[in-house]
Amino acid sequence: MKRIMNRREGRANAPMLAGAAVTATFILAAVFAPWIAPCSPLDQDLYGGLAGPGGDHLLGQDRLGRDILSRIIFGARISLTVGFVTVGISVLLGTLLGTTAGFFGGRVDEVIMRTCDVFLAFPGILLAIAVMAVLGPSFVNVVVALSLMGWTGFARLARGQTLSLREREFVMAAVALGASPARIILRHIIPNLAAPLTVEATFAVAAAVVGEAGLSFLGLGAQPPTPSWGAMLAEGRQFLLIAPSLTIWPGLAIMLTVMGINFLGDGLRDAMDPKSKSRGE
Amino acid sequence: MRAYIVKRMLGAVPVAWGVVTLVFFIIHLTPGDPAQIMLGESASAADVAQLHRQLGLDKPILVQYVSFLTGVVTFDLGSSIYTNKSVAASIFAVYPATLSLALCSMALAIAVAIPLGAVAAARKDTAVDRGAMFASLLGVSAPSFCAGPLLILIFAVELGWFPASGRAGAESLVLPSITLGTAMAAILSRLTRSTLIETLGEDYVTAARARGASGRLVLFKHALANALLPVVTVAGLQLGGLLAGAVITETIFAWPGLGRLTVEAINARDYPLAQGCVLSISLSYLLVNIIVDILYAAIDPRIRYG
Repeated sequence: MKRIMNRREGRANAPMLAGAAVTATFILAAVFAPWIAPCSPLDQDLYGGLAGPGGDHLLGQDRLGRDILSRIIFGARISLTVGFVTVGISVLLGTLLGTTAGFFGGRVDEVIMRTCDVFLAFPGILLAIAVMAVLGPSFVNVVVALSLMGWTGFARLARGQTLSLREREFVMAAVALGASPARIILRHIIPNLAAPLTVEATFAVAAAVVGEAGLSFLGLGAQPPTPSWGAMLAEGRQFLLIAPSLTIWPGLAIMLTVMGINFLGDGLRDAMDPKSKSRGE
Repeated sequence: MRAYIVKRMLGAVPVAWGVVTLVFFIIHLTPGDPAQIMLGESASAADVAQLHRQLGLDKPILVQYVSFLTGVVTFDLGSSIYTNKSVAASIFAVYPATLSLALCSMALAIAVAIPLGAVAAARKDTAVDRGAMFASLLGVSAPSFCAGPLLILIFAVELGWFPASGRAGAESLVLPSITLGTAMAAILSRLTRSTLIETLGEDYVTAARARGASGRLVLFKHALANALLPVVTVAGLQLGGLLAGAVITETIFAWPGLGRLTVEAINARDYPLAQGCVLSISLSYLLVNIIVDILYAAIDPRIRYG
């Protein structure tokens, strides 16, 4: 019986493990990029421009003869750094504002949540596009633009959880013992938000990776010659007829990364909230 | 019902005001002089001063803000600094193209998602279910700027079935609609599956089965009809999101809509036009959400009394 259970659990966890493996691979590629990339992502070889896969260049060369594989490996640095930093800032900002709104209620809650509604009224990456259009393209500005977009989800989640947690006995006991609101929020409420925030953050990293690539695709994110998957796709589009590999490889890198992170997020959600699995979500 | 509609519309006013205010301040409170940024570093002081006057940037910020708010209410969003055309007229001219693309994407997404989700729910935990959900996860993970060029490569370049870009006839709608609707189809199929699984566990479904109704009848007549309400609602809400998604899709397919106009305005640093485009997409999104909420309340009375 135990063997059957383990096999079942193993099968259920297979997508999560696959997602974790893919995500870990891209993270390792990003961290060790200078050591594993076959050459520098900026080295040009104009005679080899638009060459197909083969020889020293496993995935081919771009318009300026740069090695596509090396640019994809270094591109993982940009994508994942933006993803993790953006989500870090969004979690921090969203959690602080959401818990404050939920804990204090009343006007504080009204102001924070109406502000949240205003930011949510900008669909997709529209707000980030508007911010980037004004601030101009740079790594910091991409993070700022995507964080402005990302905090709302965490604020709503944290507020909802805080509304329920503040009625729990351990929080009431802390209030009765005279703990300050800041201490209650930081020491008693936020630690209990870890599980739902982790799941939400996982999906948010995937969204931020897509957001960064989207901005770079539109020419608002990473600028040449920085290797960015979105910018590589935009460049590849111009040579779709003669060098499709310029489009296919960065596209696959984005899809694999996002899919890996989403699988991981799905698995984490099932593990932390088994009811969601039985509901079929 | 009338009271609910009034309440819902009044509730949207502060959000709409917040959106207009945020768009105004994104442009006006950012570092640097917008006129200088629009004209570039090499512009002469006289040209910058002229643009200041043209855009009203020489007036106090509060006066500019009130004038902007008045302009939004009266559909007077100024003129494009390059084409000199009215911003509102430029937006209205391309709006039908974006709306047709968004509606077509939504129809396509619904047509794919509901059968896929229903089959997955009916065969829960089988290979069919896992395959359908893997396909939907693939759809969520394929951003439009990845899927679009790949679709062009396969269906326009290799097979030659559809045009790769532009807006000429119904066939030019196919690839952009698939690109824009893929993520929506993926979300809706997952939602259809989860709501249908929940509905299939309801007492009235068990009762229908006990009366001897066939599996297909139970699934389509009893369960699916009830499970579709949240799916249709989310589909409606996603329509607003499709308007924003069109920014990238229209750029890929050179589709002459609001999204492409937004990107062109941003690249040309035409702030009045870019500001108008961002505002019109956001306010359209807000309006679609209100309409969907009202329709949902009309279909399901529990919402208005909830």
